[in-house]
Amino acid sequence: MSALAAAPVLVPLATVALTTLTGRRPAMQQALSFAGVLAFLVSAVALVYLAATDQPAQSAFGGWAAPYGIEFHLDRTGAALVLITALMGTASLLFLASDADPGPRHPLLLPLVHGVLAGVGGAFSTADLFNLYVWFEVMLICALGLFAIGGRLDQLDASFKYLVLNLLGTLLLLMAVAAIYGATGHLNFGALAQAAPALPTGLTIVLLTALLLAFLIKAGSFPLYAWLPASYHTLPAPVLALFAGLLTKVGVYAVLRTVGDVFAPSPALLLEALGWVAAATMLFGVLGAAYHWDIRRILAFHIVSQIGYILLAIALSGAAGNTATLFYTVHHIIVKANLFLIAAMIWRLTGSYDLRCIGGLYKLRPVLAVLFLIPALSLVGVPPLSGFWAKLLVLEEALAQGQYVWTAIALIVSVLTLYSMMKIWMEAFWKSHPDEQWQPPVKTRLAPAWTATLGLAAITLAISLNPQPLLAYAQAAARTLGG
Amino acid sequence: MTAVLAFSVFVTVTVGLYLTMSRDTFRCVIGLAVLGAAANLVLFAAGRLGSVSPAVVPVGETVLRDAANPLPQALVLTAIVIGFALLCYSLVLVLRLIRDARSDDALSLRHAEPIPDDPVKPPAAAPGCDVRWPPREGSS
Repeated sequence: MSALAAAPVLVPLATVALTTLTGRRPAMQQALSFAGVLAFLVSAVALVYLAATDQPAQSAFGGWAAPYGIEFHLDRTGAALVLITALMGTASLLFLASDADPGPRHPLLLPLVHGVLAGVGGAFSTADLFNLYVWFEVMLICALGLFAIGGRLDQLDASFKYLVLNLLGTLLLLMAVAAIYGATGHLNFGALAQAAPALPTGLTIVLLTALLLAFLIKAGSFPLYAWLPASYHTLPAPVLALFAGLLTKVGVYAVLRTVGDVFAPSPALLLEALGWVAAATMLFGVLGAAYHWDIRRILAFHIVSQIGYILLAIALSGAAGNTATLFYTVHHIIVKANLFLIAAMIWRLTGSYDLRCIGGLYKLRPVLAVLFLIPALSLVGVPPLSGFWAKLLVLEEALAQGQYVWTAIALIVSVLTLYSMMKIWMEAFWKSHPDEQWQPPVKTRLAPAWTATLGLAAITLAISLNPQPLLAYAQAAARTLGG
Repeated sequence: MTAVLAFSVFVTVTVGLYLTMSRDTFRCVIGLAVLGAAANLVLFAAGRLGSVSPAVVPVGETVLRDAANPLPQALVLTAIVIGFALLCYSLVLVLRLIRDARSDDALSLRHAEPIPDDPVKPPAAAPGCDVRWPPREGSS
């Protein structure tokens, strides 16, 4: 099966072209954008079906066979993440149709969003190290466009910081790819996996360290996460939710692919270091969140903190660790994006993202209060929500390997996460509005926003109440990985 | 030959990093461009230096002998194109930023993350730098 393997890139790229051409006709552009993302969703479902029936879609472009040509290969891990990408694209484009902080409508907004989807889809499908670098660049360029498109001073400031730190990561990635090519003579994942055991251990550690440093900058892990909380909160809400859900997770996926698949079994020294990096990422992310009162900045720091859990699962390695990684990533993307979208609805109803200036929403919209609790408590890991199962998988494996310090840090961070989530809930929903004259807005157009957030919450609940299908899928995915 | 290339990579990386760490935002962007050139040199060196023959099969032969490895050259070309696009973007961004912020000092770039007045409490967003509420009519 060849054509379908390129769909995660071709469909969004075609949508980019069509929506750019129809930039002057907003209604038609909107319709084309929805059609594009639905086509992406359908092809992603087909890819998951093929991967789950052990006929993964793959394609070697230009007819050059595996070690020479660029290859796309969607195993269970890649296909599942492509499906989540398509789901996130659908949710945030749907949310864009509401009036909850959608930002000014620029004719290039929709093409750039689809460009990000193409970059993410390409990174999840490719089986070539240099090609992975190219998709990181596609994501970076489209993301920079989305940052600067509003033209506010704080957005320019944020895009400058995002640009400098991410570009450093990209250049490091490029040099690491060059060094790996120089040492092994291969770029294809399959060929690299065969060549890797022949390398001396010291050389492997040096090469992998350079590569992982680059990926960890992209993933926003300690101590390289400064670009993330400095920039994310300046984005319009639907784009912010898309970035929060997907971009850092591509970095995490790249770490999983190198450590857990291509170079598996990785040197123990490297995994040990990755585990400590993960623990520090969790802790410092959640401490940053505890300080802030702007909902978006609290949630941005929680992205960093949750990245730590996923990296911890990767560091535990082996089949159990890889299973936990995939389960945690899928759960986390849905929950995180949903939290940002609900924050935008809070903004629409109360007028601010600053928790000190808002309140009284429980009386006004009790359903929204309950809706917020579903992803918030899932993020914390309260049973029986999806976050509980994800954390259980990670911590069970950590305890089985005798990593008591990492387990203790993870549990403390959970408590601090609960503090942050309860802070948002108490301040935004429970306490009365600080301004007694405050009146809720009369006319809102929140129906698309409700649809998107309720849909994502329904997926979270489905994973929570019936985790077995996803768990079985993740276990099968881990078996096809090299670890 | 390899030693000369390695030394030039060393010099380029040093210059690039020095400029990137400058407080002057424009120099920072130029430094990134220089670092990009260093990355391209590393990529080029990954294909081994030595042969000067072009990677073309001569007439009457079926096998390529003593030729340069064409793959790193293709990779460098890709990286140059991407790097050029990013350089153009970053130059426009930094010029616009210097114009709007009336400063090219990186330490004064505190618009997205304002410095708090209070030693304990976090700051509110600076006026004019956050989303406005209520949203303007028809701005969706």
